[in-house]
Amino acid sequence: MSLIGKGILKGMGVTAKNFFQSYYRKERLPTVEYPEEKATINQFSRNFPFLLYDGDDPVDGMRCTACTLCERACPPQCIYIIKDKDENGKAILSPRIFDIDTSVCMSCQLCVEVCPYEAIRMDSAFELSNENRFEGLLLNREELLKPNAYYHEIHPLEARETDDRMAAKAALAEAKKKARQKRARLAAKNKPPPGLKKTPPTRKKPPQREKSE
Amino acid sequence: MNNYFDLKLVELGRWIEAFFAHYPTLKLVVHLLLCTLPLALSFMGAFAFTTWLERKGLARIQNRPGPNRVGLFGLLQPIADGIKMLLKEDIVPERSDKLFHFLAPIMLMIPAMIGVGFLPLGDGLHALPLDSAIIFFFAISSLNTIAVFMAGWSSRNKYSLLGGMRAVAQMISYEIPLVLSAVAVIMMAGSLNAQEVVASQQISSWVGSGNILQEFFGRILGWNVFKPWGFAGFIFFFIAALAEANRSPFDLPEADSEIIAGHLTEYSGFKYAILFMGEYISAFAIAGIGVTLFLGGWNGPVFAGLPWFVLKLFSLFAVMIWIRGTLPRLRVDQLMGYAWKFLFPLAILNIFLAGFYHFLERQWGTAIAMLAGWLFGFGALQLAAIALSRLNQSPTIRSKRVYQLVE
Repeated sequence: MSLIGKGILKGMGVTAKNFFQSYYRKERLPTVEYPEEKATINQFSRNFPFLLYDGDDPVDGMRCTACTLCERACPPQCIYIIKDKDENGKAILSPRIFDIDTSVCMSCQLCVEVCPYEAIRMDSAFELSNENRFEGLLLNREELLKPNAYYHEIHPLEARETDDRMAAKAALAEAKKKARQKRARLAAKNKPPPGLKKTPPTRKKPPQREKSE
Repeated sequence: MNNYFDLKLVELGRWIEAFFAHYPTLKLVVHLLLCTLPLALSFMGAFAFTTWLERKGLARIQNRPGPNRVGLFGLLQPIADGIKMLLKEDIVPERSDKLFHFLAPIMLMIPAMIGVGFLPLGDGLHALPLDSAIIFFFAISSLNTIAVFMAGWSSRNKYSLLGGMRAVAQMISYEIPLVLSAVAVIMMAGSLNAQEVVASQQISSWVGSGNILQEFFGRILGWNVFKPWGFAGFIFFFIAALAEANRSPFDLPEADSEIIAGHLTEYSGFKYAILFMGEYISAFAIAGIGVTLFLGGWNGPVFAGLPWFVLKLFSLFAVMIWIRGTLPRLRVDQLMGYAWKFLFPLAILNIFLAGFYHFLERQWGTAIAMLAGWLFGFGALQLAAIALSRLNQSPTIRSKRVYQLVE
């Protein structure tokens, strides 16, 4: 014979347990009260992109070459790039203007995926509130540039991987360069006599289509 | 030491009235104000405190800290909420019945406040000391059904109307077990006067004896909950009171996951606050009458009177909050079925049990009556409850289901 209302008493025991344990057990009160204490950020968290630089000077060490791949890949089109020019008006491989509108960005990470120079990465800073909702949320080049050390700090695993990849790339490029120099030296040694010229290949005429009546 | 606070309060009232001794009309006005104003203000304060208690308690049950920003432990949160409510725009639906939309909050507040007036808060602290206070209380407290239905119907909103209709169906069906469980107490006390019901809940031969232990326990063990019929009656009363006061798990009229906020849907600003306060104060009134009928009223050891009453009232409300944090809401048909098919027969049986107990007590004394009452009377109630719950079960098909296409 079961007592009527036993289930209710059992349930009330469970809630009472939760109530009292919330006063002395940490796992029963997991709330992090934000302005006083901040939650620990997971190293895989991401929100908005930032630009990476090597060395000490942000603008000189900028990895970005203004190739605009990220600008074209960005689905909500929140990236705006203008290439830099030197005194003679010749384009330099670095951006003069690099803006990201964080009010538009949807944190998809496509810019990171597409970048061939490992220059753009996702940030995990979250205190981005601003008094101006237009200019304040539009981050320019200087605000976006952050050192590689910062990247190591927020995403250590990813940063190490990126560094390894870049080192491997640099080594490959070095090897290629050496090989090219060697080939050039070899070529310089047994240079063919200048009189012999290669005839340019004759261009074939495309077959004329016959006119029908 | 007993009744010290109450006597001092009564003395204070007399002292204030004495200033107006030469002006009989003014004295009457002051007397009325002294009877009503502290009561109204203290219950509004209790309402404010209870909203804090409820939010904090529910939060802790759900492993959250609850409001803790305004003041120490968030204690000033009700004041912040009140200011917010006052400053909000009061929106009245264009096609609503504006007069009744306006009247509903007032209509809810009036019976709640009158109901509070019937409670004997302490020795001599009794705003409306009528001889038939308990009957009057139940008559007045059932008026708030009209207010809720008024709010629901006048809003011209389908959710509001659904809420109002649910409220009527629910409150009418729970009124009966509520009153029937109170009947047992009235029968045993032999009086409808709330003060006499309270006085009947102390063991009179022990209280006056001078023995410290007997003084102490005489004021506790006489409570009606410690008698078999009183214990069962208290449970029935409490369940019915939850439904009567629209408290979870019977908060169907304002079921926020089903019909937005029921009859409160079209209310905003201060009218909403008044409606909300009316509901809480009627819940206080019902809990208070529960304390009076079953938990010994202001009886208690050491400092009998107002402190004990307040303590009991808030403990009962804390249990209501605890239940709200535990139980899910019932369906409409379950709720009605529970009232009519389960609580109603048991409450009637409880009246017979009380009569049986009374007969035994007069014939053979309290000890035997207690023993027999707990063993046989309470056992009979248990059996009846089990039998009723079996009877009320919908028929189940016990044969094994055959899947013809599989075999």
